[in-house]
Amino acid sequence: MTDHILVTKNLSKEFKGFTAVSAVNLQIQRGHIHALIGPNGAGKTTVFNLLTKFHTPTSGSIHFNGADITRAKPADIALRGIVRSFQISAVFPNLTPLENVRLALQRKLGISYHFWKSAKILNQLDGRAMELLDAVGLAEYSGEITAELAYGRKRALEIATTLALDPELMLLDEPTQGMGVEDVDKITALVKQVSTNRTILMVEHNLKVVATLADRITVLQRGAILAEGTYTEVSQDSQVLEAYMGSSHD
Amino acid sequence: MNKYIWIAIVILGLLAPFVVYPVFMMKLLCFALFACAFNLLLGYTGLLSFGHAAFFGGASYVTGYLVKSSGLTPELGVLGGTLFAALLGYIVGSLAIRRQGIYFAMVTLALAQIVYFVALKAPFTGGEDGLQGIPRGKLFGLIDLGHAYTIGGSPLGLNLYYFVFVMFCLGFWIIYRTINSPFGQVLKAIRENEPRAVSLGYKVERFKLLAFVISAALAGMAGSLKSLVFQLASLTDVSWHTSGEVVLMTLLGGVGTVLGPLAGAFTVITLQSELSSVGSWITVIIGSIFVICVLLFRRGFVGELGRLLKRSL
Repeated sequence: MTDHILVTKNLSKEFKGFTAVSAVNLQIQRGHIHALIGPNGAGKTTVFNLLTKFHTPTSGSIHFNGADITRAKPADIALRGIVRSFQISAVFPNLTPLENVRLALQRKLGISYHFWKSAKILNQLDGRAMELLDAVGLAEYSGEITAELAYGRKRALEIATTLALDPELMLLDEPTQGMGVEDVDKITALVKQVSTNRTILMVEHNLKVVATLADRITVLQRGAILAEGTYTEVSQDSQVLEAYMGSSHD
Repeated sequence: MNKYIWIAIVILGLLAPFVVYPVFMMKLLCFALFACAFNLLLGYTGLLSFGHAAFFGGASYVTGYLVKSSGLTPELGVLGGTLFAALLGYIVGSLAIRRQGIYFAMVTLALAQIVYFVALKAPFTGGEDGLQGIPRGKLFGLIDLGHAYTIGGSPLGLNLYYFVFVMFCLGFWIIYRTINSPFGQVLKAIRENEPRAVSLGYKVERFKLLAFVISAALAGMAGSLKSLVFQLASLTDVSWHTSGEVVLMTLLGGVGTVLGPLAGAFTVITLQSELSSVGSWITVIIGSIFVICVLLFRRGFVGELGRLLKRSL
C-alpha cells in the first residue's frame, strides 16, 4: 500500500452558494512532487487555502499523516510540518533576507515571547540562515532590504524561509508566477533540489515547469477533479485537452 | 542606535531641571513615555489603538486613589496604576485583537469610552472635578517627593523630577529592549506580513496581545507618574482627545522609530505650552502644523532624519 502524507475526503467549500471546491479527493504520496493544475477559476488556490486552514471547509475532511487536521488552526498545521508559500511573494519587506530566514528558524528556539532578551541571542542562527540563503543563491544579498530585491530573488527568499522550517510537506502556490524565463528555470531547479526527502504540492500554471517537476498531476476544473495521473497520462486525456483548449479561446 | 545617543539622553535628562522648569520637563517625560508605549503598538506591531487614554488616564486615577485615599507610598501607587493598566490592557486587547485595521481602532475607542464613562460616574473618581490634591508622598517612606530645594533663589522639586526621570528611563528601556528582542522580531514580522507570520507557525494573536499588554502597562506608568506630577487625575486624561494626541505625537515624530515619539511628544507639549496664551486658537494652530508636517515629512521628523542618515533611529 502506498504511503499517503496528505489525504482529503470529499473536500468542499461554498462561498455564499457558489461552490468553489466540490468533493475533492486528493491523495498525495510521500516524497512526490504533486502538481495541481487547471484553468483559471478552477479552485486551485481555494483548495490550497483549505489545506493550509486559511479557509474552513464547508464539508469533507483533511488528513495529514493519518491525523485529522480539518479543524486545526493555520499556525497549528505549520507546527505539524505543513508550510505554504503564497501567490504574491510572501516576504517581510522591510527586514533583511537574513532576518527573514532567521524568523523561520527562531521559532524552534522557544524564545519568541522573550521580550526581555536581546535580539543578539538570535545571532546563533546566522550560520544556518546563511547556508539556506546560499542554497538559493542569495548569500550576497543577506544584508540588503528585502523590498529592494528583484522579484525572482524574493521568491527564492520565500523558498529559503520555507525551507528553514524543514517542513515535511511544502505547499507552493504558483512558485514561478510573474517571472522571466531565466528566473523560471532557476526556481524550477531550486524546487527540484529542495524536494529531496520531502513532499511538495504545488499549484502551477506553467505546464513546462509541471512537466519537468511533477511526479503526479491532478487537474481541477470548476472545483472538481477532472483527471489525475502522470504528465504523459494527463496530457493525453481528452477531457483535459478540451478544458484547456476551451479556456484558450477566451 | 549607538551608545552616545543614550549617554546624551541621560545627561540631558539629568541637567534639564536646572535649565527648564521641572514641572514642564516632567510633563514632557510623561507624555514621551506615553507616546513611546503607544508606538510599540502602532510602529512595531502595526496596530492602531485609538483608546490608549484609557490606560493612561485609568492608571492615573488608580494611582491617585491609592496614594490619596489608601495612603500608599508613591512607588506602590505607580506600581498599582501600572498593573491596573496592564490588566485593563489584557481585557481590551483580548477583545480588540480579534479585529483588524479600522475595526481594531473602533473597538479600542469604544472600550476606552466605557472607561471614560466609569471615570465620570463612579463614586471614587470625583466626577467632573477628578481627583485633586493627590499627595506626592514619601518614596519608600523615606524621600519626600514634595520637597523643593532652593537653588539660585528659586525652589526646585528635584526629588520628584529624578524619580520621574528614573521611571521614564526604565520604561523607555523596556520598550527599547522589547523592540530589539526575539519577541520584537516576531512583532515586526506580523506588522510586515501577518499571513506569512502565521504560516511560519506563529500564533499571532498571542503576540499581539502580549504587545498590547506591555504597551498598555507602560502607558499606564506614564499616567501614574503624571498624576503625581500634577497631583491631579482628571477626565481629560481618559478622554479621546488624549488618545488622539498620542497618535499625533507619534506620527509627528516618526512612527516605528525609537526616538520619534520622544521628538513628537516634545514638539506637541512645547507648542501647547508656548501657545497657551492664544486661547482656543491653539487647536487650529497645532492642527495646521500637523498637516504641514505630515505633508512635508511623511515619516515624521526622526523617520526623515533616519532616511537621510540611512540608519534607523
